[in-house]
Amino acid sequence: MKHTTQLPDRRPLRDRTGAATAAAPSPARTTARRRPSSQQWAAWGFLAPVTLYLALFYAYPLYRNIDLSLRNYTVRSFVQGDAPFTGLRNYLTVFDDPTFAPALLHTVVFTVVSLVFQYAIGLALAVFFTQHFRLSATLRALFLVPWLLPLIVSASTWSWMLNSDSGIVNAALHAVGIGPVNWLTSPDWSLTSVILANIWIGVPFNLVVLHSGLQSIPAGLYEAAALDGANAWQRFWRITFPLLRPVSAITLLLGLVYTLKVFDIIWIMTKGGPADSSTTFATWSYQLGFGNLLPAFGPGAAVGNLLVVAALVFGLVYMRVQRKQGLS
Amino acid sequence: MTGVVVTRHNRHSRTWWKTAIGLVLTAIMLFPVYWMLNVSFTRDQDMRKSPPGLFPTDATLEGYRAVVDQQLPYLGTSLVIGLGTVVLTVALAAPAGYALAKLRPRGGGLLSFVLLAAQMIPGIIMAMGFYAIYLSLGLLQSVPGLIVADSTLAVPFAVLIFTAFMSGIPGELLQAAKTDGAGAVRTFWSIVMPMSRNAVVTVSLFAFLWSWSDFIFASTLASGGAHQPITLGIYQYIGNNNQEWNAIMATAVVASLPAAVILVLAQRYVAAGVTAGAVKD
Repeated sequence: MKHTTQLPDRRPLRDRTGAATAAAPSPARTTARRRPSSQQWAAWGFLAPVTLYLALFYAYPLYRNIDLSLRNYTVRSFVQGDAPFTGLRNYLTVFDDPTFAPALLHTVVFTVVSLVFQYAIGLALAVFFTQHFRLSATLRALFLVPWLLPLIVSASTWSWMLNSDSGIVNAALHAVGIGPVNWLTSPDWSLTSVILANIWIGVPFNLVVLHSGLQSIPAGLYEAAALDGANAWQRFWRITFPLLRPVSAITLLLGLVYTLKVFDIIWIMTKGGPADSSTTFATWSYQLGFGNLLPAFGPGAAVGNLLVVAALVFGLVYMRVQRKQGLS
Repeated sequence: MTGVVVTRHNRHSRTWWKTAIGLVLTAIMLFPVYWMLNVSFTRDQDMRKSPPGLFPTDATLEGYRAVVDQQLPYLGTSLVIGLGTVVLTVALAAPAGYALAKLRPRGGGLLSFVLLAAQMIPGIIMAMGFYAIYLSLGLLQSVPGLIVADSTLAVPFAVLIFTAFMSGIPGELLQAAKTDGAGAVRTFWSIVMPMSRNAVVTVSLFAFLWSWSDFIFASTLASGGAHQPITLGIYQYIGNNNQEWNAIMATAVVASLPAAVILVLAQRYVAAGVTAGAVKD
């Protein structure tokens, strides 16, 4: 998933919030009272478009989605807008659906396994690239490529690489004496395949953010540790890893929020199949709403809303952590 | 003088193996990209060869001919939608960033919070909501509709970037403009915007890239319409003729060009954008 982060510890204090500079000389309340009202008018004049935009294109679609999940929509009533209110029945339908348990399990496995590998590989590469050697910066830049490619490009390339008969992956396995694996067409392997592709896409983000976090660890610490006889392994576990914890927390939390909602890769590679073996909440929601001839907008929206709740819970944790780090 | 040269030479000869490891790691990481290129040049009759050819020895341009014959309208649509998204995003986010960074609006903190939270809403939710709204407004399968939907991918991020960047503009400068009688709009347009060129570039790059790469809005809001973006072009290609993988991969290569251009021309903006907030002039 494409995402970005804000590193709390890399920004000068004055940049953190507009209010930080404002509140510094005097208590916030008097500052607020002293703000000239003409400036307030100007400020909200500048903010009006984006506020209106948020209301129209974030709040309203969200509201429509909640409304969808609480009514019994058919194609006809969807167009005419007179669907009967059914309360939480769509949610009960979803909980009772045989797809619910597998979708939940796949969402958790997909998210956790992706995050663990993206973070571990990203961190190893970040440490490697902090060393000075020829071409270091260029190669690190090239690592960004998977992150920049459109997801449909990455997903279709992986699809062909993992093709059972003509894919390069099975050809390589064959060369070392392992029989062909039906990566995308076997229920045993489809989830592994989409996780593999997702790890590849997520490594660059982890690399860049963790690398920039490593830059803020003072080099003197390593020199002192080296003088005291600590080897590279000890230096990593005693210095790098603990000091990187704040940045790691931010990276993992944001990664979590964004991995939960990954849709494109799974849908393009396997459509959640075969037989729901790689379906997650995101693809299931799409499947219900748009994937069948007869759309089930109500249950689709209900599944989506469960996803929103999960994303927002972890999102709030992320913002809390980030704010706490910003203050300390 | 010679001493310096010798030490430098020594340092590099001591680290050459790190460069070698770096090259190997990069090659592994970029193998799928190479494979996409390789397949895009492979002839139809070699496509099912076992084992597949590691190099396009009998390279063909059939795949790229198919792109020119069939995919140009999709590419054009994506270009228009991408540029539209950039304009809309900058127009909405730059004034908001200025207000949040410099004008200390009451309730600005809350607005920033809402923007952060908005980034976390899953795309499928937004798509379903937009679908319901566009259906009643008759905006399905329209280019403006897709521009608005795609801009939701970039606007919250753009406001954050502009706020962080514009906070760094010296207050004395804006005060001086005010003393000279410039109003807020004038100050914004003649001083803040010209000084924020780098932020505009960063935001534009990401807005374009995300809109160009968007699949979920395209497939829900534009599917089957007269103007479909390139992501749908590829998707339908995979669905319709999964025999001609050279054409599919050639389209994928062409669809990757904006990413390649951005990486070559504007790499520092990209890294800056990933670690947003570390943006400095």
